[in-house]
Amino acid sequence: MAEAVTLGRAAGRRRGAGLRSVISHLLLVAVALLFAAPVLYALGTSLKPPDEVFTRPPTLIGSELRFENYIDAFRYAPFGRYFFNSFLVAIVGTAVVVAVSSLAAFAFARLRFRGRELLFVLFLGTLMVPQEVLIVPMYWLMQTLGWVDSYQALILPFAFTAFGTFLLRQFFLTVPAELVDSARVDGAGPFNIFFRIMLPLGRPAVAVLAMFTFVAYWGSFLWPLIVIDTIDVKGTVPLGLNSFVAQQGTQWNLLMAAAMLAMVPSVLLVVLLQKNLVRGLLTTGFGGR
Amino acid sequence: MAIDTSAPSPAVSPALHVRRRLRDDRRHALIFLGPSVLGLALFTLFPTVMALVMSLFNWPVFGNRTFVGLGNYARLLGDPIFRQVVLNTCLFVVLYVPLNVVVSLGLAAWVSPRIKGRSAFRVLFFIPVMAPIVANAMVWRLMYQPAGLLDSVSQSVFGVETPSFLASSGTAMLAIVAMSVWQGFGYNFLVFSTAIDQVPQEQLEAAAIDGASGIQRFRYVTLPMITPSLFLATTLTLITSFQVFAQPFLLTAGGPGNATQTLVLFVYNQGWRYLHMGLAAAAGWVLFVIIMGITAIQFLGQKRWVHYG
Repeated sequence: MAEAVTLGRAAGRRRGAGLRSVISHLLLVAVALLFAAPVLYALGTSLKPPDEVFTRPPTLIGSELRFENYIDAFRYAPFGRYFFNSFLVAIVGTAVVVAVSSLAAFAFARLRFRGRELLFVLFLGTLMVPQEVLIVPMYWLMQTLGWVDSYQALILPFAFTAFGTFLLRQFFLTVPAELVDSARVDGAGPFNIFFRIMLPLGRPAVAVLAMFTFVAYWGSFLWPLIVIDTIDVKGTVPLGLNSFVAQQGTQWNLLMAAAMLAMVPSVLLVVLLQKNLVRGLLTTGFGGR
Repeated sequence: MAIDTSAPSPAVSPALHVRRRLRDDRRHALIFLGPSVLGLALFTLFPTVMALVMSLFNWPVFGNRTFVGLGNYARLLGDPIFRQVVLNTCLFVVLYVPLNVVVSLGLAAWVSPRIKGRSAFRVLFFIPVMAPIVANAMVWRLMYQPAGLLDSVSQSVFGVETPSFLASSGTAMLAIVAMSVWQGFGYNFLVFSTAIDQVPQEQLEAAAIDGASGIQRFRYVTLPMITPSLFLATTLTLITSFQVFAQPFLLTAGGPGNATQTLVLFVYNQGWRYLHMGLAAAAGWVLFVIIMGITAIQFLGQKRWVHYG
């Protein structure tokens, strides 16, 4: 009898929990839609005829889907050039960051030399200095080197970050020491161990670093704004968007088309590497403990 | 390539073997560490010191430099605009950081492992984090535009014309904060969501059997266990929020008046609009000191509420 009551109550609770779960899911979908609304509205605007951008009540889709807007945007401003520059800078920059920081990470994780710990602490210390403090002297340095308005000025100054070294070192430390020791016994030198063992094993961590680095270069705004003068020659996509507003400020549909295209690589990377996204946070020690 | 020393010949004493191996590693370390040490020295350490040096000079972009000692700092302290800039930055931080943490923590607790399509939420919320900030800002300019989405919804649903969000001093900062939370909370959402995953299921179940409600379980089981993540996320969010630049630059250009001019925007304006590199460097160092102070306070305070178990 008592058992039956308990069972009945449990079933009722389960039914209540089921209903609550449905409501919870529906509410979350509403939150997600609200969150996505700005981008969806911008996407809709990017396909509207120019005279339908501001309507009351607002519409998501205009009277026609004008895919030509995306071509027109490239006609009104040299977005082809901006995208080329952005890809060039982001790809070369990512290659430099991955190469430099994986080499350093290996030294900190697997080589023995005096002062290693102190040097590593110094490395971490550089992370404290915000980019915004560096931009003023960095600009002067670029003037001195004659690098103002150049690709190397877009790529090199912020390519040497201890973040990548730290991230990869943490990963290299998880590689079993026996693996490295037995390779040493077999006559492999540090270069062999680095290229044949560490880098192949470190692929997930390297992928995460490469992804975050690419995205940082792709979206970088303050430094290019300062160091690039000829936007139509050396400008990246963010600079191009910014100058498009100044020159064609009222062409909202074209501006949104360009903004949507600028988001595409970021969206693709997030979706492609979604599992690694979490792994990356874990590797950097931000998740759990 | 170095001579391999890890398979010692019987003739070599162990001590000598170890010493030689250490020496070899040192030579390799030089090669492996060379690029990043040189790069960090040239592009981080040297500029950091140079920023301090430049801040002691009247340093125009072109033309003669003169040593002014602490003159630039004195000028900043006496400048009512700079004082407003510091206050604006603090206002942004005070509004943005708690909102970001509450929204991301709340959603992370809500989107628990029992929610279907959980990874889709993670991806969705992370997209603006990764998207170029300029593209995000353009999207929000369209939202805030008179007759833009917010205004036209308000007009057609409530029949009320909204204020011009970005042009009136009462709403400009709020508009910037709202856009910033939208774009930034996905990072902390992912951090908290991952941390919540690590909370042992048995403890939550035990608490549930003891009659703890969902909110109680979160408050007394989950929350204490994720304080390390909470600490790191809050510290990082605090630091980055003092560096806010692109949002006010692109949405309001610091206006109306100076109502949304922030520290980094001030650095940019002084350096590249008025060409006072010395003053810009000094303002940059003020920012650096503020950030170091905040970090120190956070780390000293963490003993009181962070539980490393």
